[in-house]
Amino acid sequence: MDFEDTKQEAEYRANARAFLNKNAKPRTGKGMLYRAAHATEDVLGEARDWQKKKHAAGFAGITWPKEWGGQGLSAINQVIYDQEEAQFSVPRGIYEIGLGMCIPTVCTWGTQAHRDRYAVTALEGKEVWCQLFSEPAGGSDLAALRTSAVRDGDDWVINGQKIWTSGAHYCQYGVIVTRSDFDAPKHKGLTYFFLDMSSPGVEIRGIKQISGASHFNEVFFNNVRIPDSQRLGKVGDGWKVSLTTLMNERFTIGGRAGVDVDEFLELARGIELEDGPALKNPTVRDKIADWYVASRGLKYSHFRTMTALSRGDTPGPESSIGKLVTGPKLQNMSAMALDVLEQGGVITDPEVAPMAALFHQTLMTSPSSRIAGGSDEIMRNIIAERVLGLPADVRVDKDVPFNKVPTGKGGT
Amino acid sequence: MNFDFSDDLKLLKDEARKFLEDKSQPAVVRRVLEGPDGYDKGLWAEMATMGWTGASIPEELGGVGMGALGLCVLAEEIGRSLAPVPFASTMYFAAEALMAGGSDAQKKAWLPKIAKGACIGTFALAEGPGKATPKRVRTTFRNGVLNGEKLPVPDGSAANIAIVVAQTDRGIGLVLADLSHAGVRRDHVETLDESRKQARLTFANVPGELLGAAGDGERLLATIEQRAAILMAFEQVGGAQRCLEMARDYALERYAFGRPIGSFQAIKHKLADVYVATELARSNAYYGAWALSKNAPQLALAAATARVAANEAFWLAAKENIQVHGGMGFTWAFDCHLYYRRAKVLAVANGSTRLWKERLVTELESANAPG
Repeated sequence: MDFEDTKQEAEYRANARAFLNKNAKPRTGKGMLYRAAHATEDVLGEARDWQKKKHAAGFAGITWPKEWGGQGLSAINQVIYDQEEAQFSVPRGIYEIGLGMCIPTVCTWGTQAHRDRYAVTALEGKEVWCQLFSEPAGGSDLAALRTSAVRDGDDWVINGQKIWTSGAHYCQYGVIVTRSDFDAPKHKGLTYFFLDMSSPGVEIRGIKQISGASHFNEVFFNNVRIPDSQRLGKVGDGWKVSLTTLMNERFTIGGRAGVDVDEFLELARGIELEDGPALKNPTVRDKIADWYVASRGLKYSHFRTMTALSRGDTPGPESSIGKLVTGPKLQNMSAMALDVLEQGGVITDPEVAPMAALFHQTLMTSPSSRIAGGSDEIMRNIIAERVLGLPADVRVDKDVPFNKVPTGKGGT
Repeated sequence: MNFDFSDDLKLLKDEARKFLEDKSQPAVVRRVLEGPDGYDKGLWAEMATMGWTGASIPEELGGVGMGALGLCVLAEEIGRSLAPVPFASTMYFAAEALMAGGSDAQKKAWLPKIAKGACIGTFALAEGPGKATPKRVRTTFRNGVLNGEKLPVPDGSAANIAIVVAQTDRGIGLVLADLSHAGVRRDHVETLDESRKQARLTFANVPGELLGAAGDGERLLATIEQRAAILMAFEQVGGAQRCLEMARDYALERYAFGRPIGSFQAIKHKLADVYVATELARSNAYYGAWALSKNAPQLALAAATARVAANEAFWLAAKENIQVHGGMGFTWAFDCHLYYRRAKVLAVANGSTRLWKERLVTELESANAPG
């Protein structure tokens, strides 16, 4: 039992570190990894330059097959690179959805011509992709989506609305799943495409979040034409293709997920309560212990996952618990942080609030970590069904034509 | 990264599971729970024959020399099967204390006997309800003899030797005592979990030997508690895992409102939470095992983390197992209560969650854990 790299892993890590040392600045202090509220042209330019460098050095598409222009290496190489990159201040995030989910779907279901045209261009950072899945009526129940695709000659005509689309305003391409048959049961009437985001009829509007920032968009489709040659999979097989996209969600190992015990300790050391520093208060100490146990439990679970990857095994179910543990922890920790600030806890002015209002920001961003990418409730269902083998929920909409499925007030 | 047990130890674990599924069935646990015996003598003897009581003891002292990691995998299976044997008292406490603080003569006198299964050991700290802090311990060790009362002492009626925490002229000391002496009185004390019985031990001028140097008692006590916390965490993880499986199996076979109760999200989400707690506890226990095997500087923090996670996971799993079984889970006939009892007994056996959380944060205050 040890935490050492194998010889090959150590070499790979050394190469990654050498590349990063030469090309990037180490992260200083405890800077958070929040995505910029508004992806300005400067931010996007830096991200493009960085992706180009990574590609040139062979650190892009690490796990992609060589036929797609990738490195053909294993998941452990990706984990090692990510661990090293996390120690540097580099523009991350804008390529993750495209390279992690969209392009692998295009390559899996598309033609050789598609692979040749789109894969390397995306890997070099020249084109950014987004994922157009969720809809106002289809969130956790993704397959309830209603955006329609109607065949017209060599094209399909798309009408409807997508939501929660990260980066839609700076992406050149997107993958979209639509409903092509409203008479078929929910999962059977879907068809999957990719499209040029500058197509006429595509309208993008930012969504203002409770934190005040706008990371997501609504995307409206008004008679948008997509050539049939950009269909991925057969007509009606859109659900199957969507699963490829969803299964390609990256391993989120080794990265920091916002504030943690270290930051809370820093806060609790500096705040005075009625009986001395907050760090000496029994109630506060009880909570710190809880968060530490959860945080370390996750960290060591990641070590177990890495061990499986290092052997070339598929990670066990222990890798599925991260989001479910981290989301509530972020929210509870930030709430407790404001509690120990007592009446002064209301102040969000970063000049006045401790630690530049880090915990206040977390309070307002943490609800999304319990919803995005599978809500807490969906994650529990996944664990119960796929890990514990409990039965799936009763599906009242199964085998019913989609247009006969009850929708309540949310439907149209 | 190789954060896992070796193939040899995994093989040992598989063999241990098969053996215990056969020899430590709930009926065996119940026989001890409902009967006068302190433990299952036949099961204990077979474990010794297989080398389990020598797992962590070096070969030159008659053991198998698998180190702490061997003990960890056995502990998990023992926890899973609720084996009614004095394994924890003997191996996590007495043998660990002898190895950590014993002189060569003390080790040679007792460890080979423990390894052979010819000696049951225990650890005597508590003196009734409340916390026996080093300051508050009233049992004394002066002029080479022990005087006082220890209550409760796990496996106290069965044990051949005890490591007794007592006041000496130089603070508390850990005193090795042969319990066959006429000055030792043992009385069974009724406890929550009679499948591992406990006793009141009274010492009247009982000869003893100090473990370690004079004045070293507090440090030694902390080390033993930390090491035992990690080993016990594996027992607790084993117990929690079994509770989760029992609840899952019942949720699949029990129907209500025309469907398996395991198809209701109220049950699914509850069991998902138990799964998460058990996985966190398992991963923290693994890190503890690493710290134990390397005697790493992170041992104190690793032990506190493993202990808190394991206490909470086993308790959650045991109580929700009863809940999922509904009224049947509240009956003597179903096995849920065997785990419920064991979960709570283990949760206070070596310091409560509250105590270890305090220790954890104290460690964090001095230094953040490396790695």
